[in-house]
Amino acid sequence: MKGSKLVSLVAALFAGLAAAAASGAAHAIAWYFQTPASKMAQDIDWLHQVIMWIIMVIFVGVFGFMFYACYAHRKSIGHKAEQFHENTTVEILWTVIPALILIVIAIPVTKVVIAQKDTSAPDVTIKVTGYQWKWGYDYLRGEGEGISFVSTLATPRDQIEGSAPKGENYLLEVDNEVVVPVGKKIRIITTAADVVHSWWIPAFGAKQDAIPGFVRDTWFRADKEGTYHGQCVELCGKEHGFMPIVVRVVSQPEYAKWVGAQKALAAKSADDDGKTFALADLVGRGEKVYAANCVACHQPTGRGAPPAFPPLAGSKVVNGPEEGQIDMVLNGKPNTAMQSFKQLSNTDLAAVITFTRNSWGNKASEVQPAEVKARRK
Amino acid sequence: MSAVVHDHDHPHGHDHAHGDHHHGPYGGILRWITTTNHKDIGTLYLWFSFIMFSIGGLMAVGIRMELFAPGLQVMDPDFFNQLTTMHGLIMVFGAIMPVFVGFANWQIPMMIGAPDMAFARLNNWSFWLLPFAATLLVLSFFMPGGAPGVGWTLYAPLTVQMGIGMDLTIFAVHILGMSSILGSINIITTILNMRAPGMTLMKMPLFVWTWLITAYLLVAAMPVLAGAVTMTLTDRHFGTTFFNAAGGGDPVLYQHIFWFFGHPEVYIIALPGFGVISQVIPAFSRKPLFGYASMVYATSAIAIISFIVWAHHMYTVGMPVTGQLFFMYATMIIAVPTGVKVFNWVATMWKGSLTFETPMLFACGFLFMFTLGGFTGLVLAIVPIDIQMHDTYYVVAHFHYVMVAGALFAAFAGVYFWLPKWTGRMYNETLGKWHFWLTLIFFNMIFFVQHFLGMAGMPRRIPDYHPMFETWNKISSLGAYGMGLAQLLFLYIVVKTIRSGEPAPQRPWEGADSLEWTHLPTPPPYHTFETQPVIK
Repeated sequence: MKGSKLVSLVAALFAGLAAAAASGAAHAIAWYFQTPASKMAQDIDWLHQVIMWIIMVIFVGVFGFMFYACYAHRKSIGHKAEQFHENTTVEILWTVIPALILIVIAIPVTKVVIAQKDTSAPDVTIKVTGYQWKWGYDYLRGEGEGISFVSTLATPRDQIEGSAPKGENYLLEVDNEVVVPVGKKIRIITTAADVVHSWWIPAFGAKQDAIPGFVRDTWFRADKEGTYHGQCVELCGKEHGFMPIVVRVVSQPEYAKWVGAQKALAAKSADDDGKTFALADLVGRGEKVYAANCVACHQPTGRGAPPAFPPLAGSKVVNGPEEGQIDMVLNGKPNTAMQSFKQLSNTDLAAVITFTRNSWGNKASEVQPAEVKARRK
Repeated sequence: MSAVVHDHDHPHGHDHAHGDHHHGPYGGILRWITTTNHKDIGTLYLWFSFIMFSIGGLMAVGIRMELFAPGLQVMDPDFFNQLTTMHGLIMVFGAIMPVFVGFANWQIPMMIGAPDMAFARLNNWSFWLLPFAATLLVLSFFMPGGAPGVGWTLYAPLTVQMGIGMDLTIFAVHILGMSSILGSINIITTILNMRAPGMTLMKMPLFVWTWLITAYLLVAAMPVLAGAVTMTLTDRHFGTTFFNAAGGGDPVLYQHIFWFFGHPEVYIIALPGFGVISQVIPAFSRKPLFGYASMVYATSAIAIISFIVWAHHMYTVGMPVTGQLFFMYATMIIAVPTGVKVFNWVATMWKGSLTFETPMLFACGFLFMFTLGGFTGLVLAIVPIDIQMHDTYYVVAHFHYVMVAGALFAAFAGVYFWLPKWTGRMYNETLGKWHFWLTLIFFNMIFFVQHFLGMAGMPRRIPDYHPMFETWNKISSLGAYGMGLAQLLFLYIVVKTIRSGEPAPQRPWEGADSLEWTHLPTPPPYHTFETQPVIK
């Protein structure tokens, strides 16, 4: 009677679950590793399956004994307890056999570990810098050397807050994707500007923490063209959940084309350093830069979230001398969340500084790219 | 006239007035503040840990509410991080560790035939440090900037960015560590010096053995944590740069120090639970523990190896390949003594005469699910697989199987097992079984699906996620609400037992054979064993 009550409760529970599941079924339900797109990810998948099978066998064996005992050795069916204990043979066996199984597992695993750490002879080397809360990429060696950009979350705020429907790549989309050629060994060198971050693309089986002040590395060789998504996986503060990683793997000719386009962009940006922009142009451009880089802490209202994230509206720095604010943005403020933004172009920095100096009731002079360039160390 | 005054001041007068009273010289709240009695202090520990379990549980429900659906609905990401941090700290240091110290206080003197703990006043102090530490932790939410949102591991240099709540947390950790060390010294001294004549070390109940080993782990590990948070404190305020590369430090140093504490901590939490289970399973199998000596050796082996595996929490920080291999092999070796324990428990049940009262149900639940957590631990020990799973929900699922289905289930088994002895009254068996089944079902709803989330790529400690993770998160959240409600039933059962349970006999469990069942009435006298029993 009590049993049947329990059964009906469990049934009701699962009915509820099914309803919940159906409501979330707009997307396919992910429950296993993403499809591997590199040999390393395949090896990891294979190792995982081998170990799961070994575990399954042990699990069924051990708990077969337990559940059989629970069924057949119950007092309620009159089973009398036998008083045996201590048996050296059995105890040696169940120490030695698991140890042997572990040695068997360790052999193939060791090979994969060594392969995973082998970052030698890469075709392209990319330095990845973790910032609160975005990723900076510098192509250091190989085709594309010199390319440098910052990659931030592209999902609009209203999708996150629920006032717009969520897009296909919700929280997994960025403004500037990392582009790499297919079939080439890519070495990723990680570091960070502020706190520890961690760079991860599941489909490549590549994950490496980014440690401020130190460099670490990992590598991958993507064997299929396509766009691959990942996220920062080391808690790095407030917007930790909002700094995705997107890598687009393209064919060699397409990669060469992309490199050409990036170089042209960089050349144009260098030209801009000498130009003088109108106030309205700077404010317009600055608003976009602000939305991509500053808004998470200082908020769209410019009021920040004190005490960690001070307000810009009415701020002494923002309304003060130009040099003070340029230095703050270029160098950051030690031991606070305010980091250096020197990776941005002079024009972008001039624009965003001018924007903050002319918004939310602030009224201060405009800043031109040349002034920012002059204060770079 | 003056004689009356003298009489009033005289200590003996006081004693006479309360001589046959069942507790110390004071009544009411002062009894609990001034008590030096191991049972009173055990009770304080147990209630304290239940209160912290409830607070930490409410935080977990908050986390699961935000994760019920993609998008930000309930709280901002900053507060979400504060909740995950405080949930972890409060559950580990406020709920799970104190609950087993509560068991130690109640049980160790009764099980070894001692009158009380060795250092009675120290015992009082080690408990009364805890409420202050807990207050600091909870107060940090009300500081400017709120509680630290850095994860319970308090990784540098994120900790340097936090507000004053971080400092409160650091001091709370100091005080908690002090309490643990004092408690451990007391336990070690009691076990080594106060055993009844004839109670040799190898005749001690296994619960006492596991606590002896745990106490040594605590004395060795807690100062390391205190060092780590003190370095954080001086980095924050006094210009040191232990964890700042710009001054010659290294953020990874923090992780090494923390996990040098953190991995033994895992066994600090697990071993007393193993001890409880090793009392419960033989009692309800009506059969002695299969391999007593090998259980003692396995526990010691686990404790020793736990000091050389810490960097398996750090495979992704980028260490040399030899480092990864060393920590992987060492971690895999731990599976051997852990396996010995599981095999022993199953062999104890084999051909016993089993009954399934609530303590045994929780013990079986423990055995089944702790082993599951052990298996996912083996998966995570493998470097390449861990690199894929690290900092995902798979890890969250893994350690909750060990901490909740392991330590918490063992604690529930222990409470139902000893509640009749402690209170002199039986709990309601039907309600106890309900509590077990509801906890078991809801626990698995919360955490089993999180394995899938982790494998599919959902990072931990994020307040928002892609809709492909929605289904599992919904199931997990519903499970969390149910698990929370099921614990209200537990509270009801315990309160009802204390108030109006049926009187319990001296030995309610047929197969239980340690001293508290065979030599002490139910409930036991206020001063346990005024004359020590002689063992064989």
